[in-house]
Amino acid sequence: MAKFVLEDSRSEEAGRSALVKILSVWIVVSIIGMALVWFVLGPHLAPGTMTDQAQGAQFDIKFVSTLVVPVLLFVWFFFGYSIMKWRVRPGEDGTLPAANISGNSKAQGAWYIITTTLVLGLAAFGTYFLIAPAGAGGGEGASPIWTPGTTKLLQVQVIAQQWRFTYRWPQFGGMETTGIELPVNTEIQFNVTSLDVIHDFWAYQLGVKADANPDYNNVAFTKTLATGNFTVRCDELCGIWHGAMFNYGKVVSQQQFEQWATNMEQQNAPVTKLLPKYSLTYTPSYSGAGGGYYNTNVDPNANL
Amino acid sequence: MAIDFSQETKSGSSGAAAHKSSIFQPSIITGMVGGGLGFLFGHWAGNAIGGGYQQVVGSGQNDIAIVLGYLFAVVGWFAGLGALNYPLKKMLGFEPENVEHISEPGWGKYFRYTTDHKVVGVQYLFGMLVYFFTAGLLALAIRTELLSPTHHIWGPDTYLEIVGEHGTMMMMMMTSVVLGPFGNYVIPLMIGSKKVAFPRLEAASFWFTPISYFILLSALWQGGFQSGWTSYAPLSVQQGVGQDGYIFGFGLQGLSMICAGTNIVVTIINYRAPGMTWGRLNVMGWSMVSLGFTMILSVPVLIDGLYVLTLDRTAQTSLLYGAHGGSSFLWENLFWFFGHPEVYLLAIPGFGMVAEIVPVFARKPVFGYKTAAAGMIGLAILSFFVWQHHLFQSGMNPDMRPLFMLTTELISIPTGFIYLVGMGTLWRARIRLTVPMLFMLGVYFNFLFGGVTGVYVSDVPINVTVHGSFFVMAHFHYTIMGGVIFAFFGAIYYYTPLVTGYQLSEKLGKIHFWSMIIAFNSTFLPLFAVGLLGQPRRVFEYAARLQTLNDWVSISSYVLGLSLTFFVVTWMWQIVVTRKKSVRDPWSSRSLEWHVDSYPPPPYNFETIPVVVAGPYEYADPDALPMADIVVANAGRDVARESVR
Repeated sequence: MAKFVLEDSRSEEAGRSALVKILSVWIVVSIIGMALVWFVLGPHLAPGTMTDQAQGAQFDIKFVSTLVVPVLLFVWFFFGYSIMKWRVRPGEDGTLPAANISGNSKAQGAWYIITTTLVLGLAAFGTYFLIAPAGAGGGEGASPIWTPGTTKLLQVQVIAQQWRFTYRWPQFGGMETTGIELPVNTEIQFNVTSLDVIHDFWAYQLGVKADANPDYNNVAFTKTLATGNFTVRCDELCGIWHGAMFNYGKVVSQQQFEQWATNMEQQNAPVTKLLPKYSLTYTPSYSGAGGGYYNTNVDPNANL
Repeated sequence: MAIDFSQETKSGSSGAAAHKSSIFQPSIITGMVGGGLGFLFGHWAGNAIGGGYQQVVGSGQNDIAIVLGYLFAVVGWFAGLGALNYPLKKMLGFEPENVEHISEPGWGKYFRYTTDHKVVGVQYLFGMLVYFFTAGLLALAIRTELLSPTHHIWGPDTYLEIVGEHGTMMMMMMTSVVLGPFGNYVIPLMIGSKKVAFPRLEAASFWFTPISYFILLSALWQGGFQSGWTSYAPLSVQQGVGQDGYIFGFGLQGLSMICAGTNIVVTIINYRAPGMTWGRLNVMGWSMVSLGFTMILSVPVLIDGLYVLTLDRTAQTSLLYGAHGGSSFLWENLFWFFGHPEVYLLAIPGFGMVAEIVPVFARKPVFGYKTAAAGMIGLAILSFFVWQHHLFQSGMNPDMRPLFMLTTELISIPTGFIYLVGMGTLWRARIRLTVPMLFMLGVYFNFLFGGVTGVYVSDVPINVTVHGSFFVMAHFHYTIMGGVIFAFFGAIYYYTPLVTGYQLSEKLGKIHFWSMIIAFNSTFLPLFAVGLLGQPRRVFEYAARLQTLNDWVSISSYVLGLSLTFFVVTWMWQIVVTRKKSVRDPWSSRSLEWHVDSYPPPPYNFETIPVVVAGPYEYADPDALPMADIVVANAGRDVARESVR
């Protein structure tokens, strides 16, 4: 039997030449792609720049998206070139042997080192941008460890219940409002809790997201940088009207905020007197509808 | 349970007993009768026990009756199937008949509790297709609702019932989408075994799935559950009796996974043919070992969580209530301790299938065989250390976040191994773009999007924006549907000649592949943008500015549905009507499963246990020995090999 000889197109030299071509095109296209993502797409990425945390999130998304470009392109080019060059053509016997390569210690070693370095670098990057902007707008639980470097914080309590958000303002007499306005250039502490099931306070443009848990205070920080409107949506499934649990808020000038808050405090004074004393958590009702928060004489869980 | 290492086959008089055809012979029909009677008894007992309880009288909702109904339905189902005959007789000191249905002719065996691993594999294959298409139809119902941001097809309650059923059915059933049909059918053949280690466990693993499916679907008639597949407490405690369907359905599927995982792990460890060393084990075998161990270790935690939830809903414990000493975080942790390994229960067998099939069509060894095995073992191990990334915004102890961010991102390393293996295997290869190969390349293409977007969701600052949004939804659909489901369909095309003896049309398969991959990407790629633009998951109303994207996605999903329908019609047509006989070893594979006496393989697979003398992937060595000294009784029957291109 004649000894099988591998074609030139699958020889080691052909492989080396293919690798050079792939890497050359990959480097050029990657640079162009990364520049496009960083400079063209980047400034338009979510969630905008209304707060310090949103700006941080946008930067992170831009950074990771830029890094993703060469990764995607490398794999696409490698697969694409291999399929184009080494696919079986009509008339060719596809069962003949191909190059007998069961491994390559240099290629494998390089792959391990590069992927490990990339992954560790991304973890370090994520950790820094989690800590630096005071928890990056995420819910830090009842005892936050990454806090803004100031004690001058506007306290806003977010009370979630099936199926609405209300807000209490301890620095304004403990009043409760159905809408939310925030002053610009201000550090804000959200204290997020629930009166029934788990909800999630997602203020998209503020770059804030924190679960609202019954019997639990979940703290998130943000610093407003620009005026504008923002959307609040529930982001944990909380029952049939979950999809309708949203409202809108505004970031306004400090003066406008003072005026709004003072007006709301006066307007809500009769209601505020009936509310339970301001607290970081309230006895939840597992049977729904706010329970004991609105009528402290009724056991909210009597029918369970 | 002792393992029968002898691999003796028992097809004598006891096997013949199975061939008696009678309507009283245990089958799916007697199982359904048993299940129905069991439910009625359990429901009656539940009303007798709990009917007078304060919470039942007050609410008119008796979860105890439903739970006991389901419990006895399961007992009745297995009794009706005849699954209890063997162990009960053994326990009572009798020598039971060994009813294996191994050589039973006809279709009857596919509707019975059988200990033939190949029959179980086929049962699983059809079962998985039914479950997948049911959940797929529910997905189309979801997309129909999302055609408009404000006009509704379904009420908000029905919409969430559909969302919950879709998610739960896909996540719980599809864990076995590769292990069930192909692990059970192919692995014993692949390792040169005549049978599996625990045939009754294997059979039980399948027969848990139909009743799990029916119980989960029955929840729709009980008002459904509006808590999604994650069913966070206390919402899941607040729900009506439909939630009990979720609990029981999921729990039964959990038991199925434990049975299946135990059987496959023990089979691979103990039933490998002489010479089938760990270094010669097919990569798919490594994926099944990794999968089996992950199932065995993670699923009990889910069952524990479901038990806790059941107690809160029935016995009025308050394990998930903060006010009474419990915590809603308990469910979140128990659920995700299972839930994240669950994702890899879906991904790992897909990777195994890809690494198994690509070398056949590349005519090369697996590049970095040890790297491939390490990748799957690494994924399995790391999957136990990442669960809190689902809870980054939950308010849990924040100082664990950098750790869970690190462990989650480390997962990219073993996942990267799988890509290295694929790229290395294609390098200087002889690539045959057959339908199975196209599907495997499709897995690499799709999973890449799922993989890189995993970096976004694991990065805590970015997670603040994308958590709970359609971005996450697109991410996991790329990993699961783009990964394991594409591998599943590729495996169907690959193994249909072995399982049925019929060759499928390459042309029809390619129409299916191209329509599916285009429609799949057209459906899910825009959802990354939808999520980044602020649309949360599981909502029936969304911002009007996102309607164009949502409509694009919905229409693409219909095309995807059509593509999958095309598969069902053409595949069934070819195996039932046209039935073009397959040539022997149609893909020119070295692996043992293709070198059996006939397609489908004969009872007990091999005349004698093969002695393995070479590896399964030595395609590039023209002088390589065959893998084993298999004696083919009727070799020459179909030996005119036709290379399939």
